[in-house]
Amino acid sequence: MTPPSDPNLQAIVIGASAGAVEALSIILPALSQKFPLPIMVVVHIPPDRTSIIADLFREKCNLPVAEAEDKEPIRPGTIYFAPPGYHLLVEMDRTLSLSNDEPVFFSRPSVDVLFESAADAYGPALLAIVLTGANQDGAYGVKSVADAGGSAIIQSPAGAYATAMPAAAITACPSARVLALADIALYLRSLEKV
Amino acid sequence: MSDVPESKLEALEIKLLLEALFQHYHYDFRNYAQASIKRRLNRAREQMGFATYSQLQDGLLHNPALLPHLLSFLTIQVSEMFRDPSYFLGLREKVLPHLRTYPSLKVWVAGCSEGEELYSLVILFREEGLEDRTLFYATDINQEALDKANAGIYALDRMQLFTANHRKSGGKSSLSDYYTAAYGRAVFDRSLRQRVVFSDHSLVTDAVFAEMHLISCRNVMIYFDRPLQDRAVGLFKDSLTRKGFLGLGAKESLRFSNHAGAFLDFVKDEKIYQRRAE
Ligand SMILES: C[S@@+](CC[C@H](N)C(=O)[O-])C[C@H]1O[C@@H](n2cnc3c(N)ncnc32)[C@H](O)[C@@H]1O
Repeated sequence: MTPPSDPNLQAIVIGASAGAVEALSIILPALSQKFPLPIMVVVHIPPDRTSIIADLFREKCNLPVAEAEDKEPIRPGTIYFAPPGYHLLVEMDRTLSLSNDEPVFFSRPSVDVLFESAADAYGPALLAIVLTGANQDGAYGVKSVADAGGSAIIQSPAGAYATAMPAAAITACPSARVLALADIALYLRSLEKV
Repeated sequence: MSDVPESKLEALEIKLLLEALFQHYHYDFRNYAQASIKRRLNRAREQMGFATYSQLQDGLLHNPALLPHLLSFLTIQVSEMFRDPSYFLGLREKVLPHLRTYPSLKVWVAGCSEGEELYSLVILFREEGLEDRTLFYATDINQEALDKANAGIYALDRMQLFTANHRKSGGKSSLSDYYTAAYGRAVFDRSLRQRVVFSDHSLVTDAVFAEMHLISCRNVMIYFDRPLQDRAVGLFKDSLTRKGFLGLGAKESLRFSNHAGAFLDFVKDEKIYQRRAE
């Protein structure tokens, strides 16, 4: 249960499914404009193509919020959401890329796809966070992050709206820290000071 | 020396495999966006039953029959008719009024996959009375996809979505006017192909097409890295007439391209660009 070595963190990835909006609403609006790291977020939403989630959080957050565009260079202190219907990936040169590849666990965007590619690009400098959800997307991804030397936080299933996703992530990655939402928000805020 | 991490070794093997694919078979995936090509190669390797990328490379070089199988993993054939209906509405309402002023027209659907986008455009042009003066070029690197595009046969259960998309695109006819249903399949009318030329063409290795008025290249360049996107956009720039139009996928843009300055935003939200006159 080693805490991540904060000064070395360069990016954060978050995955959430059922109950995502409520959970993210506790974490993301808590961050101030001083938050130094980029945050890439995958939320499972039906691909009806009207991407309201980025708009929703733009209203609530102090940090700039964007729907990720293909080949966009990653900027610090910015929150990126995967567009519905596309996988979001991080390239080795730390730009974002999108893909239409087949869904993973019926999900596109998929948490695993984001996490695995970000693990390749950031290695030990990555923090992955798995939140509430009713499937097992993210379990393989969070393990990849840990295998590459990165750190992981999983929402405590006890307080989660849907438990399957955090529970599967804990099984796949026993070294992850398991925290309640409020404590995840507290921890992220502590990163603003380094 | 022996302490090279497994992941570095794997990256090297992937590089060598893509080099072999290029040098021996002239399929150039070397500058595709790395993160997703890696995922697809990983699936290919697992499903084709090879323990390592080096073994896959060995198999591929000595057994050409494996090539189509590998290619089917490396190219993504996800498509729909009138995908993102608002794009087709943008073409209908904003672009076609300009195209109407030309006596003859050339349209290029680059990366046409199994033809869904092509047929959408042909139907749009027919509805707007421009089909007769237009030649459509439909290209892809995947020969199996091109064959299917040429056949124009789709699973019947996809028609509900295609019909809804068509309606949202401002469709003036009924999609069912263009196909006959038989045995669970929708067979599109051959007259839609009268003005179409299909060909095998790669945006990575092949040359320009001359004097296009509209190029639609959607969800193809997202698979390329930045330098390769620049090559493809340069190819489009050189293939377009002055003031010709370029349409991209909903989440693609020219914003990060070296050639951005050569184009104007024409219908910004729909990623429809116009080549500048000079
Ligand atoms: C996801 S499909 C897009 C289909 C359609 N344009 C659409 O938006 O629905 C991508 C297509 O690009 C083709 N493709 C990949 N690399 C290519 C290249 N270098 N040149 C031309 N086509 C390519 C693939 O074979 C595939 O058919």
